[in-house]
Amino acid sequence: MGPSDLLPALARVLPPARIVTAAAGLAAFESDGLTTFKARPRAVVLPETGDEVVAVVRLCAAAGVPFVARGSGTSLSGGAVPHVDGIVIALNRLTRILEIDPVDRIAVVEPGVINLDVSAAAIPLGLYYAPDPSSQAICTIGGNVAFNSGGAHCFRHGMTLNHVLGLKVVLADGTLATLGGRSLDPVGPDLVGGFVGSEGRFGIALEITLRLLPRPAGFRTVLAAYRSLAAAGDAVSRIVRSGLLPGAMEIMDHLAIQAAEAAVHAGYPLDAAAVLLVELEGEAADIDAQFVDLEALIRASGAYNVRIAQNAAERLAMWKGRKSAFSAVGRLSPDFIVQDGVVPRSRLGEALVGIEAIGRTHGIRIANVFHAGDGNLHPLILFDGRIAGAHDRAEACAAEILRLCIALGGSITGEHGVGLEKRDFLAEQYGEEDIACMKRLQRMMDPADIANPGKVFAPVTQAAAAKHLAAHAAATKRVPS
Amino acid sequence: MKTFPLSLLKPTTMPEVQEAVLYAAPGIGDTTRVRPVAGRSKTALHHAGDGVVVDLAGLTGITEYQADECTFTALAGTPVAEIERRLAEHGQSLPFEPPLAGRGATIGGTVASGLNGPGRYHHGGVRDFLIGAKFVDGEGRLIRGGGKVVKNAAGFYLHHLLLGSLGRLAIFVELTFKVFPTPRAERTLRVACASLGDALAALDRVRRSTTDPDAVELTPEGAVIVRIAGAADAIDARAEGLAAILGHDRATVVEPPASLSPVDAAAWWTGSRDFAWVSGPLAKVAVTPSRIHALDAALARAGASRRYGAGGEVAWVGWPGAWAELDALLLEHGLSGVALIGPAPADPMLGVRPDDAFLSRVRQTIDPRGTFRG
Repeated sequence: MGPSDLLPALARVLPPARIVTAAAGLAAFESDGLTTFKARPRAVVLPETGDEVVAVVRLCAAAGVPFVARGSGTSLSGGAVPHVDGIVIALNRLTRILEIDPVDRIAVVEPGVINLDVSAAAIPLGLYYAPDPSSQAICTIGGNVAFNSGGAHCFRHGMTLNHVLGLKVVLADGTLATLGGRSLDPVGPDLVGGFVGSEGRFGIALEITLRLLPRPAGFRTVLAAYRSLAAAGDAVSRIVRSGLLPGAMEIMDHLAIQAAEAAVHAGYPLDAAAVLLVELEGEAADIDAQFVDLEALIRASGAYNVRIAQNAAERLAMWKGRKSAFSAVGRLSPDFIVQDGVVPRSRLGEALVGIEAIGRTHGIRIANVFHAGDGNLHPLILFDGRIAGAHDRAEACAAEILRLCIALGGSITGEHGVGLEKRDFLAEQYGEEDIACMKRLQRMMDPADIANPGKVFAPVTQAAAAKHLAAHAAATKRVPS
Repeated sequence: MKTFPLSLLKPTTMPEVQEAVLYAAPGIGDTTRVRPVAGRSKTALHHAGDGVVVDLAGLTGITEYQADECTFTALAGTPVAEIERRLAEHGQSLPFEPPLAGRGATIGGTVASGLNGPGRYHHGGVRDFLIGAKFVDGEGRLIRGGGKVVKNAAGFYLHHLLLGSLGRLAIFVELTFKVFPTPRAERTLRVACASLGDALAALDRVRRSTTDPDAVELTPEGAVIVRIAGAADAIDARAEGLAAILGHDRATVVEPPASLSPVDAAAWWTGSRDFAWVSGPLAKVAVTPSRIHALDAALARAGASRRYGAGGEVAWVGWPGAWAELDALLLEHGLSGVALIGPAPADPMLGVRPDDAFLSRVRQTIDPRGTFRG
């Protein structure tokens, strides 16, 4: 079976209405949340069950055609950009919540289930799903698993990985595998932890077992305004040192505040150089007691305006300002690049000064929104793509910021993944042996290099692939039985 | 072909670990196996077979610790107790409370065996606090997975694949963790219910409540032991709320919920972490609350002693018989376990084994010639 046989073969497993090949239909899938990358796939298929996904993957493997699994296409790293010679497997119709078990506090879901829909189904039972990426109203659990998505509450609750207990997956060659299970305290290697964040390079998750938590009894949410970004950053260090463990600590700078206010009128102080959003969660008695300390710390850190959410509506407004920041920045500039670097928390100040200097050098405006508790920065690099050279300048600026994060001992990505966007920088963060091991693992999971090829690592050339396979065969022969 | 002057190698540096692996790797050194050990607290994992034992007790020390950063890096042979002492000086701790710290457990062994203590319930387990690791693979290569910052989505999580692999895939040589501030105050409550079934009902009430305890354990006799922790000013009020939930179904309560004295509470949790209540062989079984009732009945019939931790997500089993019998019992119940203390079987996994479809490819990547294979 060759590549040209794929479409007829697909037509035998899916009805014509669920195989899109018309240009108009394909256009919607050309890019993801990072619109600078575009590629038109040969086809988009719309399976409705896990079995159909497996059948499609097996046909791709037999035909040697690349496939890209896609949920809602909200990737900010180009992780869901199609391959020109391949097909897109759209998982949006796999939206069944297969099980919610309130005794074991587990949800088993299909990959196309929207993040927020898991909580919506669990809330009547007093439970919720904790990871909350900003796009949680549209992004899917399958995509969250593939990219180990984060969110505003990672400081206390961790990332997606920390909430996935088990997976049923189809590997790139069509092999089915079960990883993990239902217990919080499993035995055996943490294979789930090795699959989460693999950016679709190993295969596709078909069923995902998630951990649910009881909904916090209450929240205390505070928005503090500062005259300088450094003072807001310093407040975060004080809070971490004090021993408090807030659910979230977020900072937005002046430019981001302007954008968010213009977009959603959350009531952020427009004259602030930075705002710090801190949220405590838990039992009322506990958070009330902690809040006394938190407020004292914030006041001592030089905040000139401190607002405390008095009710659920005010709390939601504060969060709306933060969560809409990315899209709101679109009002300030026709185009922007979001970066996602991480630095050690104690070097946040240095990183922010460095980013400001990089922006100044390139004559580019940069808005900053970040998960301060995690040292996870989101510089928004603003540019106008209609101006010749502007995009290149923005990319040069982004590259310098990534290198700054590496130099400070951090990471090129905290929660968006490497995707297409940052693959040239991965080798600067890891050593040669580390990268070689990751590549060997990827080739072992996907010998034909058809699962989301080109993401994380640049594609392997045919000649290099043949050499790799020959070397592997030779090494295998030497292994004693 | 090389011969081995010693069956026990004691590297004290990372390059020496690489050398030790190359010395023994089949097809490079000799056709034998490598078995990493360090604190020797989990004796059932130390089946040497025809292998070379690599003792990592000399690869020790905390190499980086910045309290402001809430992260530290230590070499694999560093005793957990030493790390905990150092963290405590800065009011911090490993929230999952690594087991067997009082019996010599090392940080490398904790990660390799994937074990969690009582704090697993609320704050997360070893998989949630490990943020990076260096390891030596079956070819003697020194490889790093993850990093030193708390959030990192770059590259594949190689360190996760090895967590819980029992030294059968690679040797951990250096581990980086995130830590949390130790809560300022804590309180432990105990209620004795008439039966395990009644205790499971109390457990379910606690798990679904918003009381937010950080550790919950059960005894087969029907006791539920719950620890809450947080701000000092709030502990009394929270303990009252918790007592109301624990004692809610009065007809099933034999001894009403009461706070343990600080001395008794410390003794309970330390005893839990170090398995002071077990004298013979010990196994861990992964469960969920809904599976406990049936398992417990079978274990009771077999004469096993047992306790349930992490809010009913793990069973610790003091096993009186041969491992093969527990293996069969767990298979019957569709559960997975691992032998930890006692005679060392060739394969310490018990009951349902992990699916090999994915794992075999990991093994071919990290340990292609079977240097660490069981």
